[in-house]
Amino acid sequence: MSLVEVTDLSISFGDVHAVRGLSFSLEAGGALGVVGESGSGKSASAYALLGLHRGTGAKVGGSVRVAGVDVQAAGDAELRGLRGAKAAMVFQDPLSSLDPYYAVGDQIAQVYRVHHRVSRRAARARAVEVLDRVGIPEAVRRSRSRPHEFSGGMRQRALIAMALACEPELLIADEPTTALDVTVQAQILDLLHDLRRETGMGLLLVTHDVGVAAESVDDVLVMRSGLAVERGPVAEVLGTPREPYTKALLAAVPRIAPAARAAVGADPVAPAGRAAEPERTGAEAEVLVEAADVRQVFGRGKSALAAVDGVSLTVRRGETLGIVGESGSGKTTLGRMLVGLLEPTSGRIGRAARVQMVFQDPVSSLNPRRSVGESVADPLRARGERDESAIRARVRDLLRRVGLDPEQYDRYPHEFSGGQRQRVGIARALAAEPELIVCDEAVSALDVTTQAQVTALLAELQQELGLALVFIAHDLAVVRQVSDRVAVMRRGRIVEEGPVERVYGDPADPYTKQLLAAVPALDPALAAVRRAARKELAAA
Amino acid sequence: MSGFLLRRLGGALFVLLALSVVVYAAFYVAPGDVAQIACGPRCSPAQVAQVSEQLHLGDPVYVQYAHFLQALVTGHDYSTGTGVVHCQAPCLGLSYQSGQQVTQLIVAKLPATASLAVGAFVLWMVLGVGTGVLSVWRRGRVTERILTGITLAGMATPVFVIGLLLIIICVTALRILPFPDYVPFTEDPEQWAWNLLLPWISLALISAAPYARMTRASMLETLAEDHVRTFRAYGVGERTIVGRHALRGALAPVIALGALDVGSMFGGAVLTESLFGIPGVGRELVEAVKQVDLPVVVGLVLVTGFFVVLANAVADILQAMADRRVVLS
Amino acid sequence: MAEALLVEEMGAVRAPTSGAHPFWRRLRARRSALVAAAVVALLVLLALAAPLLTGIEGQNPTAYHPDLVDSATGGVPLGSFGGISAEHWLGVEPLTGRDLFARVAYGARVSLGVALGATLLQVAVGVVVGLSAGLGNRFVDQALSRVTDVVVALPVMVTALGALAVVPAGFPRPVLIAVIVGLVGWSGISKIVRAQTLSLKSRDHVAAARLSGWGSWQIARRELLPALAAPVITYAVLLFPANIVVEAALSFLGVGIKPPTPSWGQMLSDADTWYQAAPTYLLIPALLLFVTVLALTVLGEGVRTALDPRAASRLRIGTGRKKEAGA
Repeated sequence: MSLVEVTDLSISFGDVHAVRGLSFSLEAGGALGVVGESGSGKSASAYALLGLHRGTGAKVGGSVRVAGVDVQAAGDAELRGLRGAKAAMVFQDPLSSLDPYYAVGDQIAQVYRVHHRVSRRAARARAVEVLDRVGIPEAVRRSRSRPHEFSGGMRQRALIAMALACEPELLIADEPTTALDVTVQAQILDLLHDLRRETGMGLLLVTHDVGVAAESVDDVLVMRSGLAVERGPVAEVLGTPREPYTKALLAAVPRIAPAARAAVGADPVAPAGRAAEPERTGAEAEVLVEAADVRQVFGRGKSALAAVDGVSLTVRRGETLGIVGESGSGKTTLGRMLVGLLEPTSGRIGRAARVQMVFQDPVSSLNPRRSVGESVADPLRARGERDESAIRARVRDLLRRVGLDPEQYDRYPHEFSGGQRQRVGIARALAAEPELIVCDEAVSALDVTTQAQVTALLAELQQELGLALVFIAHDLAVVRQVSDRVAVMRRGRIVEEGPVERVYGDPADPYTKQLLAAVPALDPALAAVRRAARKELAAA
Repeated sequence: MSGFLLRRLGGALFVLLALSVVVYAAFYVAPGDVAQIACGPRCSPAQVAQVSEQLHLGDPVYVQYAHFLQALVTGHDYSTGTGVVHCQAPCLGLSYQSGQQVTQLIVAKLPATASLAVGAFVLWMVLGVGTGVLSVWRRGRVTERILTGITLAGMATPVFVIGLLLIIICVTALRILPFPDYVPFTEDPEQWAWNLLLPWISLALISAAPYARMTRASMLETLAEDHVRTFRAYGVGERTIVGRHALRGALAPVIALGALDVGSMFGGAVLTESLFGIPGVGRELVEAVKQVDLPVVVGLVLVTGFFVVLANAVADILQAMADRRVVLS
Repeated sequence: MAEALLVEEMGAVRAPTSGAHPFWRRLRARRSALVAAAVVALLVLLALAAPLLTGIEGQNPTAYHPDLVDSATGGVPLGSFGGISAEHWLGVEPLTGRDLFARVAYGARVSLGVALGATLLQVAVGVVVGLSAGLGNRFVDQALSRVTDVVVALPVMVTALGALAVVPAGFPRPVLIAVIVGLVGWSGISKIVRAQTLSLKSRDHVAAARLSGWGSWQIARRELLPALAAPVITYAVLLFPANIVVEAALSFLGVGIKPPTPSWGQMLSDADTWYQAAPTYLLIPALLLFVTVLALTVLGEGVRTALDPRAASRLRIGTGRKKEAGA
């Protein structure tokens, strides 16, 4: 009998049908990746495996069998016996997934004692054992720490340790690396890989990131709008997709290696052949913004932290400068200084151009109480434009230009999707007629297909209006796709800067190398090679 | 941690100093003949002049304040016409009604106030937190609705209304309790408790309501957090989740509120003390105001302020200790 | 969990809200809030129409009726239930024989009026202080936070007791009490406004407005104030009943509204000594006070959940704090 047997599963919240007639199975010891964009119903399906929808008002239909337990029919006690003991779950955000008030070791011990009649001491010992197994150094001491004293990666390891405590037959991982930096993500995926080989447990990995799935599973199931689109061995589905949606999804994924782009055929989205127009980025183009040894220090005294620590750079007319770095590298702070939202603590920023910004969060970047048209009109009104019909006409033009319906002038932000809101944000930036736009993680919150459309729009606008772009992102592949030059940031400093092809093709700095090695590959075979390379780098 | 403590206590000291300036300014620089008011309406011009000199009313305001502060720190000698009365530091002046030293007067009133505050505190914490936990445990059922209703009614009832009702019921109608007559703990602990029972219950009944609400609200908030989902997904039972994880998460704000309330109680539960005739700080304040005994009022407001500031600092520290996620800076 | 999951899964395809403003829809959906609103409306009507109603009754709040009280027992009203009759709907006051209905009706004017004035003042001061602290630089914020600390350390009751002693007797008492309560009770509002301003200030749409070229004042007006309305209204609706209690308590202690002017607290204060001989004299104002505060609290709850159903549990505010300060 299969480890997981899902037949005709449907889940609805009120009148929203999150999952419709989903069926799949997973054999003992197998690894299945469930891949889909937001709204595909992938997380809701994973929750149904443990009966977590019970008592929440969600309607669940069909049948779910996990490790011999009929989840739909099981009583509360039987279900509790399944949860944690036979099938354990790892969640997306490791900080909020652990109780902040108790030591990590105590929380693991508590879970262990739910399923095993052992003494407190024995349970504590088991907690230390699993913490040690997932690679937490000084496990005895660290087991007494509370979650906030751990780093993000360590917390996710602790959560995985909790999952391991009762030796489950199935591990369900719901976006386990989404909240993590790329280098940490690689470590966690490697850990999952090793654990699976060692314990023989089954893995169900839910992710939006095709690359993460390619690294970790044997089979993949692509979902869209609550339906299964395609299922098969991972190499097959990613290598030779059959369904149009899978093809489109794969095409939208930004590639880090130029060779990979050719492999999936013509890329309809990315501004192809960036390197083919080097004349645009000539060193003789006019300098728009120049930062000279800027520093930004937050806090004072002992707690002072230099978010940006002596950065110098220039942005020239018409070029795209990519700034890439992990969380805490200071890239967002640098961006805010470039546009003038933050004054540098020391150093100088010279601006010879009008500068605007496109923000990361499509929810908070628009005032929810004002119509999108009014938001776009803001720069016009602020400039002193009083003629209402002129303002309306200009705003409608701008909305049309970014691919929105100008009739949506009077709509409010909550009526738009994330991608559409980013388009509104771009229209607002354009209204100020800037020569340079700083995009701060402008596409990070979007699904890959939307992400591709928005980056394409930016590239189009750049060519048409001769804009310069500063493209700040944590995603190395996206930065590669759009940039002419790239700066790699770490701990407030630029560790490496140069033309994209050079930095990505022949990185000089060890940190850049480490970053590039950590990016998940879409090709499972390549992933194995990279895993080996990472081990080597780590050993070095 | 010690740095945080120091900064917090430094801030408290500053607030106290500012408080003394405000109180001093409000009462001594107010329009009207302060000496006449302070001395009382029946004082002769000569007595008024004497008061005026004792209060240094001829001096500029800042000098007056300096004298006031100096008396607070080093003590002060008052001439009464026939002799000299030494008022030890911290000297808050002399009452012009009774001639007593304000500091001694207040110190004498503190035990009664403390008796009321501590007893009521224990009772309302148990009652409030218990009600909150119970309504979360029985959420979505009739019990929760009933408890929520009772809590709302508790919040809507002024203490003097419930106190009067309790007196009518327990003292007049049922005759099961005596009309409260404060007996110091040191004299007779049993009579002390017996006589304070009604005030404790009145105060606890109305004070428990906000605690029940806050406990319930923060527990529900904690129950909506991700880590509760984790423990559900690992087969932990509902009883453990509510009793261990949700309650622990809700405790920090409840403890902080408790510290604040005890602080303001120590400053005198004005209404309760007046209603039940408890000779505490609060009733003394009402008497002083009615008799326009300014030095006593000033002293009491300062002492009250001291307890509130102290409670604020303690509440912050307790909250920081209870919730280690708070960055101590 | 279902909700979080729904948001996560459904992303932006959630159905847009349309039709009547959701606030009124949600408020109407709460039966308790509707009942409470009706009760509050009745009370306000009682206060506004006090001259008219007492005119119909044929009484006024200050006329003595010594013939209606029994001088032999020290002034207990004649007749059952405190002398309730067709001429005196709620009976008469012991000792003086003044009409209780008229005093209750006129007392409603004072009690509600003082609380309203105090609440408006608290909101005005609280918003100004909170907004300045939230928008100002470190120094301004620190200074205002200290000022707020000092005000918090001055409990409403204590300050009011003290201040009443120094203000000349000729000053109209209701106005004075409204001002005192208003000037010392704004710290809750200012703290909420400051916290909200700080959190709003870091939102990207405020940064975008700055990049658009707006000045601080325009940003405050366009981006911040509209977002502050909901929490401020919520808190104000809960402050209002608390202020009624504060006024009643002051009057109860004999340092609030002075005798010729009726107020519920002042009536309770007088009734304190009559609870055995004339219980209705005590029960009527006590019950009115209870019903008024309860209705306003329930209404406040309704408004709070209707304004922001999700924040309802997050904003831990209640009428309790003020009351305890002087209890």
